[in-house]
Amino acid sequence: MSENRRILFRNPADESFTTKLVLVCLSLVFLGFFLFLPLVVVFVEAFRKGGEAYYEALAEPDAWAAIRLTLTVAAIAVPLNLVFGLAASWAIAKFEFKGKAFLTTLIDLPFSISPVISGLVYVLLFGTGSLLGPWLKSYGIEVLFAVPGIVLATVFVTFPFVARELIPLMQDQGTGDEEAALSLGASGWQTFWYVTLPNIKWGLLYGVLLCNARAMGEFGAVSVVSGRIRGLTNTMPLHVEILYNEYNMVAAFAVASLLALLALVTLALKTFLELRFGAGAAGGRH
Amino acid sequence: MEVKINNIRKEFDRFAALHDVSLNIASGELIALLGPSGSGKTTLLRLIAGLDFPTAGQIFFGEEDASHHSVQDRNVGFVFQHYALFRHMTVAQNIGFGLKVRPSASRPPKSEIKKRVSDLLDMVQLSGLENRYPNQLSGGQRQRVALARAMAIEPRILLLDEPFGALDAKVRKELRRWLREFHDRTGHTTVFVTHDQEEALELADRVVVMSQGKIEQVGSADDVYDRPQSPFVFSFIGESSHLPVEVKDGAVLFQGEPIGISQGSDSAGDLFFRPEDVVLTDEREALSGKVTASRRLAGTRIAEIDIANNGHAPFHVEVEVPLHAPIELGSEARFRPTRWKIFTK
Repeated sequence: MSENRRILFRNPADESFTTKLVLVCLSLVFLGFFLFLPLVVVFVEAFRKGGEAYYEALAEPDAWAAIRLTLTVAAIAVPLNLVFGLAASWAIAKFEFKGKAFLTTLIDLPFSISPVISGLVYVLLFGTGSLLGPWLKSYGIEVLFAVPGIVLATVFVTFPFVARELIPLMQDQGTGDEEAALSLGASGWQTFWYVTLPNIKWGLLYGVLLCNARAMGEFGAVSVVSGRIRGLTNTMPLHVEILYNEYNMVAAFAVASLLALLALVTLALKTFLELRFGAGAAGGRH
Repeated sequence: MEVKINNIRKEFDRFAALHDVSLNIASGELIALLGPSGSGKTTLLRLIAGLDFPTAGQIFFGEEDASHHSVQDRNVGFVFQHYALFRHMTVAQNIGFGLKVRPSASRPPKSEIKKRVSDLLDMVQLSGLENRYPNQLSGGQRQRVALARAMAIEPRILLLDEPFGALDAKVRKELRRWLREFHDRTGHTTVFVTHDQEEALELADRVVVMSQGKIEQVGSADDVYDRPQSPFVFSFIGESSHLPVEVKDGAVLFQGEPIGISQGSDSAGDLFFRPEDVVLTDEREALSGKVTASRRLAGTRIAEIDIANNGHAPFHVEVEVPLHAPIELGSEARFRPTRWKIFTK
């Protein structure tokens, strides 16, 4: 009689087939509508008038200047945040001190306030009515409506990425390895270079990738401090908006496609890192 | 290397982890710091290593005051509880690390580091595993790599934090014996921390029993087992029972009744005895109570007895009873301690 009665054992946490199907379909529809479709539109619009027009839109001097500026800003902001992020997470994960919880909250601040406000803070700090602005100007240093301001705003907005990636990783790893290295006679620098850094390198790389993607894509904060001087203080996202407002769709989407491409490359690299080094690359241990 | 610990005190945020601890460790000695968690044993080990610094007191290595020397300058071999092997380095790189990071003046050439590493691997019986990574090794092998790595820097003393804590029982026993042989062969002054009394008693020349940041007793396995100097040591090491007693005119009284043993001066305190140090008796002056349970323990049988004189609250004790004459549950058992100690209150 037992062969007639098939008993189906189900994992208690499992769901029925219909539930799964509904969940999967919902996610797919959502992703398709909100992510995949826009992405396709960007490339379709960019190539609407053919490859020639696409290439021309990118080679145009103002577009080229925007690309160069974006790369320059990222090249300054990302290494700075790499160092800041590393220092902050090192301090938070490995040492006990007063105000640690406050510092942790402070690191998240750029995530919790609107980027436009972040930009306005710099306008207030370095604007003509401020103390710092005129003083720096007397030394010939322009901050607002110039590259330094854009870099500052970008650094501010992208600060949390590296730190947030590293803090849980470093907290999880504890100080055991470092103590072992020190007890074997290694100096502080040797310990960092040979032990700490290799332990966090994938998490660090992951944080840098995210930081870079945001640095290149930042719009709000940068738009407030940049002044949008064509060919001078326009980054790629700002340039896209200007072209769009001028109904220059092909050029706007051509530049936008570069940013979308950057996002895709970041995603591919992230997936590769996770596959290659296990879930550890994204905030665990490898 | 001789180690002298003088009146060490260690506070963490005003919580005292160690109170005025003093200890002399002879050169070449194998010492166990034994105690329950929170007794301060690991703190003491880390202070000796220089991984923490004392709030007060000094630590001497030989004649040299090492209290304020950094961990790098102390040249101690430290084996961590979870080994702390560098997971991105091979076994050989792990063991050679301490030599590689030396300043160039004292750093041995590469070929010599290689030779030293292979000698050390020989010593810990892991030859052939040079190129493995820590996650490709068993727990026991990792432990030995950690030991070889600590030995590579030719430490003045060897410190081990719960060296067998993370291993299963069988590997633990093997490594224990192996560590003893290793110590006898190399002759390093060695201090290890453990909460496992069997490990401490079997392995160490002297055992330092600690509780609540204080040293309770220092002595050989025989000393701490047969001549415990405090109620804590008596109950922490081995099995024991205790009862509140009074001594009047030389006779020891439990709940006002004589129990057939005597002691010199009048006092009140706790009577401690071990399950094996009792004799069953028919005498009227004895401890007596109802057998509530009996259990077989390796080569012995232990009876649990609730003893009480009429009207008083019962006290639970455990005594050893003959293996082949099982005692009936619920029956009355009478016994006298043959070896005991009264700690006065």
